Amino acid sequence: MSLLSVRDLTVKFAMRDETVTALNQISFDLAKGERLGIVGESGAGKSITGFSLMNLISRPGFIDQGQILFDGDDVARMSDKELRTMRGNRMAMIFQDPMVTLNPVLTIGQQMVETLRAHRKLSRAEAEQIAIVKLREVYIPSPEERMNQYPHELSGGMRQRIIIAMALLLDPQLIIADEPTTALDVTIQADIMELLLELCQSNKVGLILITHDLGVVSQMTERTLVMYAGRIIEAGKTREIINDPQHPYTQGLINALPQQTLPGHKLKQIPGAMPSLTAIPAGCPFSPRCQYAVDHCRSTLPEVVQYAGVEVACHEVNRLHNDRLEQSA
Amino acid sequence: MLAYLVKRLFQAIAVMFAISLVSFAIQDNLGDPLRELVGQSVSDEVRQQLRDELGLNDSFLQQYLRFVGNALQGDLGTSYFFKEPALDVILKKLPATLELVFGATVIIIGLSVPLGVYTAIKPNSVASRIIMGASIIGISVPVFLTAILMIFVFSVELRWLPSFGRGDIVPVWGYWSTNFATADGWTHIMLPSVALASIMLPLFVRLIRAEMMETLQSEYVKYAKAKGIHPGRIYFVHALKNTLLPVITVGGVQIGTMVAYTILTETVFQWPGMGFMFLEAVNRVDTPLIVAYLIVVGFIFVVTNTIVDLIYGLVNPTVNLARMGA
Ligand SMILES: Nc1ncnc2c1ncn2[C@@H]1O[C@H](COP(=O)(O)OP(=O)(O)OP(=O)(O)O)[C@@H](O)[C@H]1O
Ligand SMILES: [Mg+2]
Repeated sequence: MSLLSVRDLTVKFAMRDETVTALNQISFDLAKGERLGIVGESGAGKSITGFSLMNLISRPGFIDQGQILFDGDDVARMSDKELRTMRGNRMAMIFQDPMVTLNPVLTIGQQMVETLRAHRKLSRAEAEQIAIVKLREVYIPSPEERMNQYPHELSGGMRQRIIIAMALLLDPQLIIADEPTTALDVTIQADIMELLLELCQSNKVGLILITHDLGVVSQMTERTLVMYAGRIIEAGKTREIINDPQHPYTQGLINALPQQTLPGHKLKQIPGAMPSLTAIPAGCPFSPRCQYAVDHCRSTLPEVVQYAGVEVACHEVNRLHNDRLEQSA
Repeated sequence: MLAYLVKRLFQAIAVMFAISLVSFAIQDNLGDPLRELVGQSVSDEVRQQLRDELGLNDSFLQQYLRFVGNALQGDLGTSYFFKEPALDVILKKLPATLELVFGATVIIIGLSVPLGVYTAIKPNSVASRIIMGASIIGISVPVFLTAILMIFVFSVELRWLPSFGRGDIVPVWGYWSTNFATADGWTHIMLPSVALASIMLPLFVRLIRAEMMETLQSEYVKYAKAKGIHPGRIYFVHALKNTLLPVITVGGVQIGTMVAYTILTETVFQWPGMGFMFLEAVNRVDTPLIVAYLIVVGFIFVVTNTIVDLIYGLVNPTVNLARMGA
């Protein structure tokens, strides 16, 4: 049975003039201990997806419909108290920018101890011991000293390690990491990812990794969702999606990777930009940017279909697939 | 830490220097001290002689240096009216004013924190709307009007609280007698402190509300929610501490300013403090007393600001006092 089962999740924002749809009928599953990547350009709805899994969408946003079944309970319908019991405990989150995630006026120790004591009956001393053990697991040098330090005394990489330790404090079943390294120095990004992977594997924790970076996704995850304008447009095994993407948008993302570009050539960016929520095009939302789009694409929303081992929402998937086969033949 | 202290001290001295210069310039241009001293019937020759003796014909710089030299020895001149050292006159009045400011400060802090926090947490509730509406009225109504209204309601109509003077005060130490030792003293300080607080309280409520709302939008508050921390702890530990940091700086300055605001309040309530005294001194063109008042108020202002800065440095872990001094 899956750990997480999201069905038809729709999230809206009540703006002044109109209500816009940020997530449109999202459905996906995650098995126990599975690692799932969510990719897509800026504004695709990746973070909104991550936050709604914790029911952390705040006004003017709201979950309009759908289910988020987490280990049997519907997160979308939990009371405040049930949500509090779940957050940080059964499901933990790692935010994007460690420089602003930790509270500047509380010590590392205070922030770790409060998390433990919010969920378990522990004395301060017991909680401190657990926190120190966890800090050691993320390779923080002299953790006892760190406990008394304030966030600003530590580097970004160190802080993100601490945040990873905090996510693991209560042995959650699922960790949601929203671009956990984009705010960090490039030289340590790989270290942090490796650490996260190692800890998820050894603790058998499920991971939802939100990122722009398909390279990271291929190293870190078993399955991948590709999002565009609040919808999942392709989903499947990461290997399949990287090696043989079916949706033109996914292909565009992969062609834009620096590895795919010969030295001296310009990066092959997808032309155009992600539509804003107030101006999502009719039909397939990607059609205005799609070089293969036909009239049908501009009028009718494509259904999600099984094709070549992945789920994909594209009218022309069959034609494009055959064209590619012909070309390579 | 020591370097920071020294640096802060130098700044304070520079400000005091500016204040002394302005005060002295006022003294130099305000009224003729001779007329206050000798009256109309003295001949011009005697006047000139007296001027020489008093050093009034010396250059501005000479007179100023003498003034500063005397001031440093605690001599701010002699009040024309009281025929006493001006500083003594002020020090006798100072405790009454400080107690009034203290009363107002307690009211402001005691009310603005809960009201500011509440209106930030529940911005759309009816109570919040009422509080915010009242705060606008509070800001726009002048103190003397608030004071007179309160006197009318609580002293004249309801007869609950006295409307003037300090009532029964009990000597504590030196010139200091306190209102806070007798029930009568308490009832007397009630209306004046509320009136004095009435200007700053709405400002503080709005300031705390604005800071708190901003803090509640921060990533670390969102993160605390994502960790399952209880809302009470999020509001009062995570958010409030960060809210109050900027409030301390602004608030400290405002409380210093309040000493000057006492002029109006003390006058309406006939409160025997130095604000009331200052207005009388102005009426009597008692220049030494006016100048001494300006210097003492300036001094209090500088001292509060310095203390506030130090407190801010101590409570804000991201300020490293040792490094700031460097
Ligand atoms: N508070 C909000 N009010 C209105 N619209 C919002 C709000 N938060 C997000 N959105 C909109 O929802 C859409 C999806 O945002 P989201 O943050 O999920 O994007 P993302 O895929 O995480 O992008 P990025 O890669 O830049 O983080 C965007 O169009 C964004 O403008
Ligand atoms: Mg995002």
